[in-house]
Amino acid sequence: MSPHIVVCAGIVPDPLQTLEPIVGPNGPALKNEMMLPSVLDPWAASALYEGANLVAKTSGSRLWLVSLGPKAKLQQVMMTIAQKVSFELIAVDSASNGFADATTTATALACAITAIPDLDRSKLLLFGGWESASRGAGVTLQTIGELLGVVDQFMGVDQIDMREDGSFEVLERVEGGKHQVSVCAGTPAVLGWATGNLPEPRNNPQIGMANMRTVIPALQKAKQTAIGNDGQQFLSATLPSQQRQTRVVKDMAPDAIAQELVEWIGAK
Amino acid sequence: MSKPEDITETPTPETERATIEADIACVGFGPAMGGFLTTLNRAWMENPADRVFESTVAPGLPLQVICYERADDIAAGVSGVVTAARGIRGSFPDLNPAHIAMAAPVTSERILYLLDPIGASSRSLSLRIADRVLRALKGTLGVRNDAYELPWAPQFLHKAGGLVMSIGQFNQWVGTQIMASGLVQIWPSMPVSQPLFAQNADRTGDKVVGIRLTDQGVDKYGVPGEGFVAGMDVRASLTVVGDGPFGSVGSAIDRRMGMPPGHDKREWALGMKFVIELPAETVLEAGTVWHTFGYPEPEIFGFLYVHPERLASVGIFVPSWLGDPTRTAYRYLQHYIQHPFLWRHLKDGKLRSWGAKSLDESGQHGEPFLGGDGYARIGEGSGATNMLAGSGVDEAWTTGVQLAEAVLDLLRHRRSFTQENLSATYESRRRSSWVERNARNAINARTGFHLGFVPGLIGMALAGMTGGTVSLGAKIPKAHEQLRKRRAISQRDLKRREVAMLAVDDGRPLHDALMSARGWPEIEFDGKLLVSQQDALLMGGKVQAMPGFPDHVIFRDAGLCIRCDDKTCIAMCSGQALNVGGKGVPNFEREKCVHCGACVWNCGQITANGLTNIELRAGAGGLHSAEN
Repeated sequence: MSPHIVVCAGIVPDPLQTLEPIVGPNGPALKNEMMLPSVLDPWAASALYEGANLVAKTSGSRLWLVSLGPKAKLQQVMMTIAQKVSFELIAVDSASNGFADATTTATALACAITAIPDLDRSKLLLFGGWESASRGAGVTLQTIGELLGVVDQFMGVDQIDMREDGSFEVLERVEGGKHQVSVCAGTPAVLGWATGNLPEPRNNPQIGMANMRTVIPALQKAKQTAIGNDGQQFLSATLPSQQRQTRVVKDMAPDAIAQELVEWIGAK
Repeated sequence: MSKPEDITETPTPETERATIEADIACVGFGPAMGGFLTTLNRAWMENPADRVFESTVAPGLPLQVICYERADDIAAGVSGVVTAARGIRGSFPDLNPAHIAMAAPVTSERILYLLDPIGASSRSLSLRIADRVLRALKGTLGVRNDAYELPWAPQFLHKAGGLVMSIGQFNQWVGTQIMASGLVQIWPSMPVSQPLFAQNADRTGDKVVGIRLTDQGVDKYGVPGEGFVAGMDVRASLTVVGDGPFGSVGSAIDRRMGMPPGHDKREWALGMKFVIELPAETVLEAGTVWHTFGYPEPEIFGFLYVHPERLASVGIFVPSWLGDPTRTAYRYLQHYIQHPFLWRHLKDGKLRSWGAKSLDESGQHGEPFLGGDGYARIGEGSGATNMLAGSGVDEAWTTGVQLAEAVLDLLRHRRSFTQENLSATYESRRRSSWVERNARNAINARTGFHLGFVPGLIGMALAGMTGGTVSLGAKIPKAHEQLRKRRAISQRDLKRREVAMLAVDDGRPLHDALMSARGWPEIEFDGKLLVSQQDALLMGGKVQAMPGFPDHVIFRDAGLCIRCDDKTCIAMCSGQALNVGGKGVPNFEREKCVHCGACVWNCGQITANGLTNIELRAGAGGLHSAEN
């Protein structure tokens, strides 16, 4: 069984930057979002690395990366991601941000996937992130699956093992730090990845050079797609609050540190 | 595999090493490389079918041009600048600053002498007298908030018609345009470890035949581990070196090829700055530019540039000629922003990011050979920075443009990238340009500072007003010789030292302890603008280092570190990546390093081979700040 893996991976502002939600003329946004460098959404990046690993182990399989975002930003992110694993890029040029409507986004991505010329939908494994570093609505991937008619869907995936007969075993995260083990009879299926088990691959310039043969043409012919908010309204948008109280302490017993942390958390 | 005749700069483990062929290999993506690649790319886009642009290594395809950048993103710059933008506007005649985030036209310029409101700075007798006169006549002279504004700004300092910019944002704007065409690949997060040398077959001497990328999947000592990937060799007929003032490729070429007679990089400064979100009620307009001197130490120059959307870059330059071996930057910067003249505008502001960078202030004294067989130097590492005008970005950009024009010339005439051909095209362009004329005017403008602060100011003014004809001559010591040696330690010094050591034992950073011991008041952290240096590493311009790379700060001789009393490298380390080690050898924490390079020129120890005891190698990671 040689799966055709399609990874849906959006780009998000580098979480190391100062992120500040604002309300702009078109709804919520991040302040100066266009000037912030972007990264591949971390959960979706795990999906990409797992997909590449699976393809490397399974002859005849293929890997596409479908990514929606402003073309200039996509280009910038691809210069880093393309050094890590081999893929064929399908780029969708859109000014959308993390506040875009999930259904509209899913529709655009489903259209892009449907248009992939060599994709065998019966062999499809649709990968993506279980969560997102943008807004984390967590429904885009499932909706794409629905639009493509893929009913076997797994979320919080940390592992997939393909079997000779075309079936595969999936480990999904459940509460209590455990995994639920499922066996699926075969493709097509949707897998929303948690972190997986693989480290971030090293940058490999040769992989980058090879990827560039498809990445640049894909970017140049990326179709411009408007992603609206479909009438939805946001009442507010905030970042998780954080507070820093740095103190240098020497020779403090671990129990005392733990106790102080418990009190500090309890006081918040 | 590499060809057997290759001679690499440092021996590396025998390993399978992949090689690719390119036409032009570029090292470092900054303003100089931006100018080079923009010019080359545009020429190609005018007529992509022109056979001139056909690759020699991949016939039928366009030139294979590859650029490698150490930082994790081309936007991860570390400099807010004010620039006359003469060369930049030459490339973009219709440039609209509104299209570049954080860019604004210069609207006003002021030069301010800052008095010391605390009384902690080290001021000479003549300066103390001058300060008293200013304070006594403050009503007449218009001294306000402990600052005296010069009635006029010398022409040589003017940036009228110029731009206030964030280099990170400018690089991003330029890089995006370059990559869109598909001719040029700019690969971030990929440090270049060294140039590849080979012997010239038909003449004496060596040539540069490409570059070697850094090994990955190694431990901190460079020993291969899990996931080892040997750094690839990129062979190219031209290697363009724009890796800054202490880049591994430029430094290796300097060591191998030598420097022109009498040239040496001896003058440095550490630029450190905050990007501050100004309070909502600020009256400072975008494009406002202030240059300051006199505080926190007389030798430390400062600046405030206002960007659009209530952002300001505020910073200081700590020069090598501030001979104090306990010099530092972060704590000084915190005192600087609290000077009454600045604080009234900055108080209630918010720190958005922070950054630091060493500047090569040697100017033409530190200019290397601009080109040799198979390579060319551009930008700051090529001695382009003009320290009279306090300008480097525009000069760097222009040298890149000049090299691109030269390369186009050579391609059109089917001539190879030899030293003679590059000299006749690139160097001749540079020598006949405004970059060279201004550099000549500036060459001795700052030498007076080696005689003292006041002579330095006089020398700078003389050089500026006479077009460099008159200046104060002084011997420029090597960087490590500029650190004042303690000939006798007074009781007072001993006491300070003891206090500092006790503070370090208690977990405080060395520079902090030293500053407090010298009478500077403690910083009252507010959690917004005044934060500990460790917290600053996590705000906005956060620091990161990918695993799998070796340490890039190396102490060549541990014995020298153990015997070193000053440990200036630790006090000047911008990110506190160096700290006091148990046995006297500094500890290096790669995850905190911002690659500012201050440790190299702040090392006072010289090995038996005449090398500075700290070596800075190619390394990955650093600041992730797009606002710098």
